[in-house]
Amino acid sequence: MDSALASEGAVYLPRTVRTAVKLLVVGHFAVGKTTYVGSLSEIKPLRTEETMTQAGALVDDLEGIEDKTTTTVAMDFGRLTLSDTLVLYMFGAPGQQRFTRLWQDMTRGALGALVLADTRRLDQSFPVMAILEEHGLPYAVAVNHFDGAPRFAEAEVREALDLLPETPLVTCDARDRISSTHALIALVQYLQNRQAPPSQEHA
Amino acid sequence: MTPARRERGLVRPYVVTDGRAYPTRNTFDLVTLVMAHPDRPLAGLSPEKRRVMELCLGGALSVAEVAGYLQLPVSVTKVLLGDLVDSGHITTRSPIPTAELPDIQLLQEVLDGLRARL
Repeated sequence: MDSALASEGAVYLPRTVRTAVKLLVVGHFAVGKTTYVGSLSEIKPLRTEETMTQAGALVDDLEGIEDKTTTTVAMDFGRLTLSDTLVLYMFGAPGQQRFTRLWQDMTRGALGALVLADTRRLDQSFPVMAILEEHGLPYAVAVNHFDGAPRFAEAEVREALDLLPETPLVTCDARDRISSTHALIALVQYLQNRQAPPSQEHA
Repeated sequence: MTPARRERGLVRPYVVTDGRAYPTRNTFDLVTLVMAHPDRPLAGLSPEKRRVMELCLGGALSVAEVAGYLQLPVSVTKVLLGDLVDSGHITTRSPIPTAELPDIQLLQEVLDGLRARL
């Protein structure tokens, strides 16, 4: 009886899709992750939740211990079918918390990450960049331009964020599909350049 | 945006999974694609597994989408899907291998797909 509700609104993949790839969209609280994923996604973004505890959440629930440090972590994600055979999933991940299991799950198999940043709160991007570096996940930074937020020269933002010279830095409007797509393209181009033989690279 | 589901929270996650926190196989990624076998009997399945089957019979979805649509934690969804793979109800298509760098060709396909949307 509830199954009709469950499958209602599900948008299925084409039968021909063989490969699914994953990119993370990360950043601090209220930086625009959900907006960004929503702008690009072909489906209404979905949310999954996971309860995190020190040990296994489900086992702890069994004990009925409610006062342990449990936190619900939500991930919003969207989907973009890129060809008959290829689909891209974008996961918006909270950056301010360190939940190892969640991050392991998210970064496993991910191609890379797009770090959304806000020029009014650049320092708040450091924790999430540190987590990505810990997990060895390559990333690009996209400054999500908010109305009224100060605009800085690229060199200034680079310095403030202490970016490596090769890390791409772009500006985007997370509400705009085209602008958001450009930011993702910058990331994937960077990922591709990293793979290219050094002889083809011009620094 | 997502409709409230009255049955949510009626049973604790461990009830759904018979107390198990981990699936019988450790092969599920968030973007592992799952497909249901249309000719498998649903009789005898738990209500949650039946919901998974009824959702997946419509076509291919990722593990994350199954969890999202059924409003179940990802870990619980993996346990249910693991059982359904074991019983032959579900087949999976794994994402690109982990611990391997994505090849240039795959990244090129991603790029082409993104550029086509501009």
